[in-house]
Amino acid sequence: MIRLGVVYLLAGLMFAGFAVLSARDRENPKRFGNSAFWALVGLSFLAGDRLGDLGNGVLVLGLALLAGFGQLGRSNPATTSADERQVLSQRFGNRLFIPALILPVVVGVGVLVLKPLRFGDVALMDPKQATLISLALAVLIGLATALILLRQPLASPWQEGRRLIDTVSWAALLPQFLAALGTVFALAGVGNQIGQLVTTWLPVDTRLAAVSVYCVGMAVFTMLLGNAFAAFPILTGGVAIPILVNHFGGNPAVIASIGMLSGFCGTLMTPLAANFNLVPPALLEIPDRYAVIKAQIPTALLMLTINTGLMYVLAFR
Amino acid sequence: MLILLGVVVIVIGFSIRLNPLLVVVLAALTSGWFAGLSPLAVIAAFGKAFNDNRFVSTAYLVLPLVGLLERAGLREQASRIIAGLRGVSVGRLLIGYMIFRQATTAVGLMPIAGQAQTIRPLVAPMAEAAAEVRDGPPEPETRYAIRAMAAATDNVAVFFSEDIFVAMGSVLLMVGFLTSSNIVLDPIHLSVWAIPTAVAAFVVHAGRLMLFDRRLARQGKAAGKS
Repeated sequence: MIRLGVVYLLAGLMFAGFAVLSARDRENPKRFGNSAFWALVGLSFLAGDRLGDLGNGVLVLGLALLAGFGQLGRSNPATTSADERQVLSQRFGNRLFIPALILPVVVGVGVLVLKPLRFGDVALMDPKQATLISLALAVLIGLATALILLRQPLASPWQEGRRLIDTVSWAALLPQFLAALGTVFALAGVGNQIGQLVTTWLPVDTRLAAVSVYCVGMAVFTMLLGNAFAAFPILTGGVAIPILVNHFGGNPAVIASIGMLSGFCGTLMTPLAANFNLVPPALLEIPDRYAVIKAQIPTALLMLTINTGLMYVLAFR
Repeated sequence: MLILLGVVVIVIGFSIRLNPLLVVVLAALTSGWFAGLSPLAVIAAFGKAFNDNRFVSTAYLVLPLVGLLERAGLREQASRIIAGLRGVSVGRLLIGYMIFRQATTAVGLMPIAGQAQTIRPLVAPMAEAAAEVRDGPPEPETRYAIRAMAAATDNVAVFFSEDIFVAMGSVLLMVGFLTSSNIVLDPIHLSVWAIPTAVAAFVVHAGRLMLFDRRLARQGKAAGKS
C-alpha cells in the first residue's frame, strides 16, 4: 500500500534541493538564512518521525527565529526573461497547457479510480491520504511530460520551485504552524473557555436570537481559532444541540450543515486561515498581506447574513 | 480565563505585523503557560503537532511544475488566449471559473485546482489580460485588486460547495460529532442542506464580480482621460 511516507520523501527531497541551491545563490546576501530555513523544512519531511517531540519543537523554534529575525532574503534563481518567455510561449503555443492539464486529470483519476482500487485485501493507496498521493503522482507525471515536451533543463524544476517558494518565503510554513497552534490551544482548553463565555453571556431565549448567536458565533470562533472544524464542536455542543435542537425542536441536519457553512464565512475573514488567505497574496506577489481577506469580507458578511436567514427559515418548518 | 491571552497575543501580534511564525510560537507558549504547562512541554507538544501536520505543507509539491511551466511561457500563453477573445471581462472570466470550481468541488474534485496550481499560473494572468483587453493596461493597484479577486473567487467557490460532497472531511466531522451527541444522521442529509448556501454564494459573489467589472471600467476611463 502506498502511504503518505512516499509523499513526505518527495517533499523532503524538494526542500533539500531548495536548501542546496539557496546556499549557492551568491546574489542573495542572506543566502545562508534561506538555505538553513529550507534545510530545516527538508529535515522535518525526511526525518521528522525520528527527531522526537522535543527535537521537532527545537526545529520549529529554529524556523520561527530565522523568520522572526529577518534572515530570509530575496533569491535570484536563473530563469527566463520576460522577452524569452514571449518567444517561448509563441513557439510552444497550446502545448504549454498539456502538462498543466495533466495535473487535474491525474488527481481526478487518482481520487475517483485509483483510490478504491484493491489487490486482494490490500488497497493500492491509503484511502485517507489518496488525495495527497494522487497529487504527488500527478506532479511527477506532469514534470516528466513538461521536461520532454518543452525541453527544459533538468535542474529547472528545483530552480523554478525555489523561485516560487522564495516569493512566498516563511509564509509558506504559516499554515502548518497554525495547525500546530490549534492543537496546543486544544490542549490548553482555549476553545472550551470561549464556549463557556458565549453560553453564559449571550441571549439565547428567542429562536431568532439563538440562531443568530450560533451562526455569528461559528464565524467569530472560526476567526479566533483559524478553523471552522475547531469551532464546530464547541458551539454545536454549547448552543446548537441544547438550545436549537432540544429546546426549539430544530432539524439537526439543517442546523449542523448551515452552522458549519457559517463558520466558513469566518474562515474567509481571518489571517489565521493562512493557506487560503495569506499564502495567495504572497504567491501572487501582491504587496498588501491582507489583500485577499479584504476582497473576501463583503462576500463573507453577506453570506453570514444569508446563512442565518436560511437556518431560521429551513430548520423550523 | 488567562488561557485566552494566547488568542490576545495572536490578535495583537498579527495587527502590529510582527513575523507571524514568531507570533504563533509566542501564543502557544502563553496559553500553555497559563494552562500550567512548562515551556519545554509546550515546545514538545508544538513540535509533535507540527510533525503530525506535515501534510499541510505537501501542497507545495506543485511549485516545481508550476514554475517550470512559467519558465516556458505558460502565463504569456494564457494571457494571449484571453487577449484574442471578444466580449471577455474580468468578471465574466471569474464567474466562469467559479461555476467550474463549484461544480467540480461538489462532486469531490476539489483538489484538481487551487491557488498555486490554477490561480497563479492561469487564472490571475488571464484575468489581468481580460482587464487589459477592455480597459487598457491596468495600474499596479488595479492589477493587485484583480489578483486578489481571483484568489478570493477560488476560496469562495470551494468553501461554499465542498460540503455538497458527502465524503468531505467537514461532513464526516459533523456526522461524527452529532453521533457522539446521540443524533444519528446519514451524511447525505447534511450535504443536501449545503445546497441552498452554495446557490446563494454563487449569486452573491457573481453579483460582486459584475460590480467589480463596472469599477474597472470606470477606472479605465478615468485613466484614459488623464
